[in-house]
Amino acid sequence: MSMARFIVRRILWMFVVLFVVSLITFVLMHAVPGGPFDRDKPLPQEIIDNLNARYHLDWPLWKQYAQWVYDVMVPRVTTAPPTGSLLDSYLVEFKVGKVYFRWMNFGPSYTSKSRTVNDIFRDQLPVSAQLGVMALLVAMVIGIPLGVVAALKQNSLWDYVGMAIAIFGVSVPVVVMGPVLVWIFGVALKWLPPTGWGAKPPFLLGIFPSELSFDYFKYALMPAIALGLGSSAILARLTRASLLQVIREDYIRTARAKGLAERLVITRHALKNAMIPVATVLGPMFAGLVTGTFVTEQIFGIPGLGKYFVTSIGNRDYPVIMGTILLYAVVLVLANVVVDIMYAFLDPRIRLA
Amino acid sequence: MAAVRASGRAAASPQLIRKPENLWASALRRLVRNRAAVIGMVIIAILFLTYIFADRIAIKPYDVQINADNNAVPEWLVKLFPMTRGYARVNNAYPLGADSLGRDLFSRLVYGTRVSLTVALVGPLIALLIGIAYGSISGFFGGRVDNIMMRLVDVMYAFPGILFIILLMAFFRSTFGGQQAAPGTLRAFLSALDAKVGGMLFIFIGIGMTAWEGMARLTRGQILSLREKEFVEAARSIGASNWRIMFRHLLPNAIGPLIVAETLNIPGYINTETFLSFIGLGVMAPTPSWGAMIAQGALSVRTYPHQVLFPGLALSITMFAFNFLGDGLRDALDPRMRGTS
Repeated sequence: MSMARFIVRRILWMFVVLFVVSLITFVLMHAVPGGPFDRDKPLPQEIIDNLNARYHLDWPLWKQYAQWVYDVMVPRVTTAPPTGSLLDSYLVEFKVGKVYFRWMNFGPSYTSKSRTVNDIFRDQLPVSAQLGVMALLVAMVIGIPLGVVAALKQNSLWDYVGMAIAIFGVSVPVVVMGPVLVWIFGVALKWLPPTGWGAKPPFLLGIFPSELSFDYFKYALMPAIALGLGSSAILARLTRASLLQVIREDYIRTARAKGLAERLVITRHALKNAMIPVATVLGPMFAGLVTGTFVTEQIFGIPGLGKYFVTSIGNRDYPVIMGTILLYAVVLVLANVVVDIMYAFLDPRIRLA
Repeated sequence: MAAVRASGRAAASPQLIRKPENLWASALRRLVRNRAAVIGMVIIAILFLTYIFADRIAIKPYDVQINADNNAVPEWLVKLFPMTRGYARVNNAYPLGADSLGRDLFSRLVYGTRVSLTVALVGPLIALLIGIAYGSISGFFGGRVDNIMMRLVDVMYAFPGILFIILLMAFFRSTFGGQQAAPGTLRAFLSALDAKVGGMLFIFIGIGMTAWEGMARLTRGQILSLREKEFVEAARSIGASNWRIMFRHLLPNAIGPLIVAETLNIPGYINTETFLSFIGLGVMAPTPSWGAMIAQGALSVRTYPHQVLFPGLALSITMFAFNFLGDGLRDALDPRMRGTS
């Protein structure tokens, strides 16, 4: 099968998966008793009726779901300018000549009167994504060299220490690492700010912090380590195992036999091949880090998306729940598609099935 | 991992005459030679003893709040954390201090083993049951059945696991918690069952519903490769039924590696419970859970760091032990896999 057909098939399958994920979420979400406008002191019935009517919550469920899919999936092409209403806000909006193209309306947030789910994505997702990237960097910077050294010096002290660190990394969860780091470096030593995030919206290109200062990294260091340590351990073990396997291959013996310097054998032949499984795990790992930031955000008081998700469930803020889960699912599915494609590029031996 | 390496060298010494031993006996021999795995097993044994005798070991009840002793700190901890000297209430009746509600930390830690260890046992059990049933059906029948069943697993894989569990827990908590259900209904039954297991029932269900997919894939792979073997063909040729082939020939051969693979997931389940309790969707208060204790302690990490340190330590040691044991089991059963992730 050709590469193009493979990619097209994967992307079509991705849409099926996302559809099912959104459907399950929708059903489960509405199965939770209570509604978004329940208060300790109940609102007058007319007000609840009005709110339900405004957000179409009085419609039958299938119609609500169909409307949601329609709003998210189907692009709007109009000549009339957008109304600017909260119900009429799209994630992708641009204008060509007199025609407005708008796509992906995730709806308003019921709890914050002036914000839509798109606004929450715009302001909070970049923070979670930055945290995820930093954690991935920490994982790579610690994990890969540790694994390489452990494999090259197999059965030496280096190996034992490296693998001991790896076991430590997988055994100390974020909920423990976070508060301990806060106490040591934030409270006792006062080297780093214990809470907060060093970048605020608007973000450069919608993702990057608008200015990279020393302070930004001071804020990011502890959360990134707390979140990335577990992944660094996984990377270290994977790198070690992969490299150990590769340096026993025939082509390494050939490279040595033809008199190549050991350094070149390792860097040019062994490492390059050993990194294939490592490279392919990075995608899902990044997706896991970005979508798994709840606890880290809570411990370090970071205004990311994870916090919004947890509170949105308590508030029955349906559009936020749907939007967040769909967004996270997109990240996870994309990561897997990228891996499949990367496999084919990195290792020509793998045939696309 | 030093022990693994050392035992590996010891095994390399040539032993020409050795009694034939079966797979499990040799695996056990390799396991007890692995120092890290043995340490893991000893720690797990101690934890289980704590679990069983929690009532005797704990010096105080876990749920009695004494306001006068809020945040009490024993003398030795004041010496360890000198900055608490100014504001801490020193009270040596609490060996590890008291939490912000005046409950004995040590006793709560002891009772906390119950939650973590139950999750460590029941989580894999559920994953194995569902995963093996699903995966073996899929692998055994193959063809279209297999295709459809595995596509469903693919979909579940794409579901952000943690978010799914959070959503499930919110559903369970508000459906079954709190208000009284009419007696005799399924809701009343589940609520009662939940109360019996200390509010952990829905954690089990949540873990079970998200953890089986990996096991299903693994089982399917095992069954797929096993069903092409000669002994299955032989069984079929003498007229054995599908049922018999599955339970007498395929599953017994597949189950060992599956259990070992599942052992490696145990720290993950413990972590999930901790995480849920941390964000307040785990076990119901006042049942002590390490995750809930860490969440509570994290609030006062600036003033009373020990309140987060001790439950954190307990949790980490438990995770260490299960990681050591899982690694050791895998190495023992399949020495070629040694040192791989």
